Amino acid sequence: MTHPDPARPRVALFATCLVDLLRPSVGFAAARLIEASGCDVEVPKGQTCCGQPAYNSGDKDTAADLARQTIAVLEPFDHVVVPSGSCAGMLKAHYPALLADDPAWAPRASAIAAKTHELISFLTDVRGITRVDAKLAARATYHDSCSGLRELGIKEQPRKLLSSVEGLELVEMKDCEICCGFGGTFSIKFPEISNAIVEKKCANICEAGADLLLAGDVGCLLNMAGKLRRQGRTVAVRHVAEVLAGELSDPPIGAPG
Amino acid sequence: MHPTSDTFKDNARSALADAQLQRALSGLPTGLVTQRTAARAKLPEFEALREIGREIKNHTLAHLDLYLEEYEKNATAAGAHVHWAATAADARRIVLDICRDAGARTVTKGKSMISEEIGLNAHLEAAGMEVVETDLGEYLVQIRREAPSHIIAPAIHLTQDQIEADFRRLHTHLPGNRVLIEPGQLVNEARTVLREKFLAAEVGITGANFLIAETGSSVIVTNEGNGDLTQSLPMVHIVVASIEKVVPTLEDVSAIIRLLARSATGQEISTYTTFSTGPRRPGDPDGPEAYHVVILDNGRSAMLGTPFQEALRCIRCGACMNHCPVYEAVGGHAYGWVYPGPIGSVLTPQFLGVKRAADLPNASTFCGRCESVCPMKIPLPNLLRHWREAEFAQGGGSMSFRAGLKLWAFLARRPRLYHSAARIGIALLGVMGKSKGAFRRLPGAGGWTRHRDLPAPRGRTFQQLWAERQAGVE
Repeated sequence: MTHPDPARPRVALFATCLVDLLRPSVGFAAARLIEASGCDVEVPKGQTCCGQPAYNSGDKDTAADLARQTIAVLEPFDHVVVPSGSCAGMLKAHYPALLADDPAWAPRASAIAAKTHELISFLTDVRGITRVDAKLAARATYHDSCSGLRELGIKEQPRKLLSSVEGLELVEMKDCEICCGFGGTFSIKFPEISNAIVEKKCANICEAGADLLLAGDVGCLLNMAGKLRRQGRTVAVRHVAEVLAGELSDPPIGAPG
Repeated sequence: MHPTSDTFKDNARSALADAQLQRALSGLPTGLVTQRTAARAKLPEFEALREIGREIKNHTLAHLDLYLEEYEKNATAAGAHVHWAATAADARRIVLDICRDAGARTVTKGKSMISEEIGLNAHLEAAGMEVVETDLGEYLVQIRREAPSHIIAPAIHLTQDQIEADFRRLHTHLPGNRVLIEPGQLVNEARTVLREKFLAAEVGITGANFLIAETGSSVIVTNEGNGDLTQSLPMVHIVVASIEKVVPTLEDVSAIIRLLARSATGQEISTYTTFSTGPRRPGDPDGPEAYHVVILDNGRSAMLGTPFQEALRCIRCGACMNHCPVYEAVGGHAYGWVYPGPIGSVLTPQFLGVKRAADLPNASTFCGRCESVCPMKIPLPNLLRHWREAEFAQGGGSMSFRAGLKLWAFLARRPRLYHSAARIGIALLGVMGKSKGAFRRLPGAGGWTRHRDLPAPRGRTFQQLWAERQAGVE
């Protein structure tokens, strides 16, 4: 293992369970981008899930247990970076509220919240990155995932970095800020309503004439990719980090290979 | 009304399959949403005003007893009769008694969600009175014997064809060959029919957007002018309002009014903003002889001091439902009670009990758009989450969902076991699905795969691959 350089901040990559289980390439893309921004990356083994599925299902005790576990694993690092607006939002916006009544853990939750960043926001807002060294000939459209947009204010950052990708044309779809209908367990509990929402989203994606759909959250991407594929559409679907890092060896989400 | 919130899932399914309803709802994003966005863009201090509005309401709710008593004192001094109604039944009884005393045969009504909440129309009709809704949207749903599907646009679920058909079915005294193509023609016809009712009514009932403590006034904001005719032509005017409608001063009303119409319809201000203080005074050219205000609690005071106190800031603009992807998909009737959309999903479990309305707080993606447009900054997703917590604590949710959550939580609390289980599961699913890229069907994932494919895992977890990469580096 290389010796840590004291000038380089130590970053914990909180991969998220969906990246861990379903899209490892996003983890590698994130690690590459964080390293390129001048940081050392580690992936703490003790991480599992941020607890959001339990939190949003009303199981506050399980959510609080997982929050404590996650905080303990991540707090030795200078920064915590998450390739998901939704999970980053959980650590940043919800952990302090979740543990507010626990005197031992409330300050630790606030400390984690302060040093947790969504990946693209970390690269741009914290590390001051303005461009990436990547190439991809594609006509892409970007979906603003809800938590990233409304909890963390991520809007221009990914567009700015994408505009530096050689060969990439970015076209905006109608209603890019409207939910894709995923909503975690919502998509399983209310499949018909979720479907009606994602149908509208897919119509907007196709109307934009894009051949590549990007977003910053694997959950939303699985939902939209799954629907596009069921509709027989050929739009490729990727996490924005894969494009920015040139980490394109895996086929697009849901595509054969 | 008979609540159907307990069958929300079935209601939603029917709504999604209703082509006429879907056509009616498709206008929502381009209508009210676009208009609000434009109005907001034209007012640079909009965000600052939201904060001011929130503070006014928070302050009032913190001293609600004080301001309600001040309102009562000042309203009474101006000649109003103030009645306190703890429950919906109390409010119905009070209103019916006033109507009987006035010898009412015809009662006109301005738009009032409180009267929907207490089921007032049916109660007065059962006592032999003719009750006529005079707001166009309310009139349309009344003649169809339906409930409003939206708090400011009650008939938003109807298409123009349906309205024309209803008018031809009902207004048989008008020439059969009349033209009813333009919205204006429909409005004129409703106006003609309603004019007679305005003149015949002995009692007019309105809601109130505000009750002002320092002046004892009630305020309605309307666009059609029907509210003014309802409250000034009959001998008796009854206001039905809930306790959280009170604000301390005229100045406060002025601040909140700047948010209300912009958030609701994108207007800078509604066409009419009418202040009523007491009955007609000697020398007044018009106005009612008697002015009653029925102030309803109906469970609201129990929300004070709980997280749900924040929901009492609501000014009923409807912005949350206009911007809700779930409301846009299924419309208001699917929610099954008086208040639909995100605010409805917060209020309905309070009124009906969380068991009878358990689906509502769950039927949200937590996209947060409602909170971002709410002029009173009500944290709607957080309040919905509170209901989910209450429901979970009471053992709600399906057995299979709770069992799945429990198993997942068991593993997630044990990182080593979790990662081992993940490796095995992902290896298996990878073998099954990697070459195809996605599953069309997968046992146990029917909720997902009924409508979309499930992208397949790659066969190895990120943790596994990362560990291998690190081992290679060393």
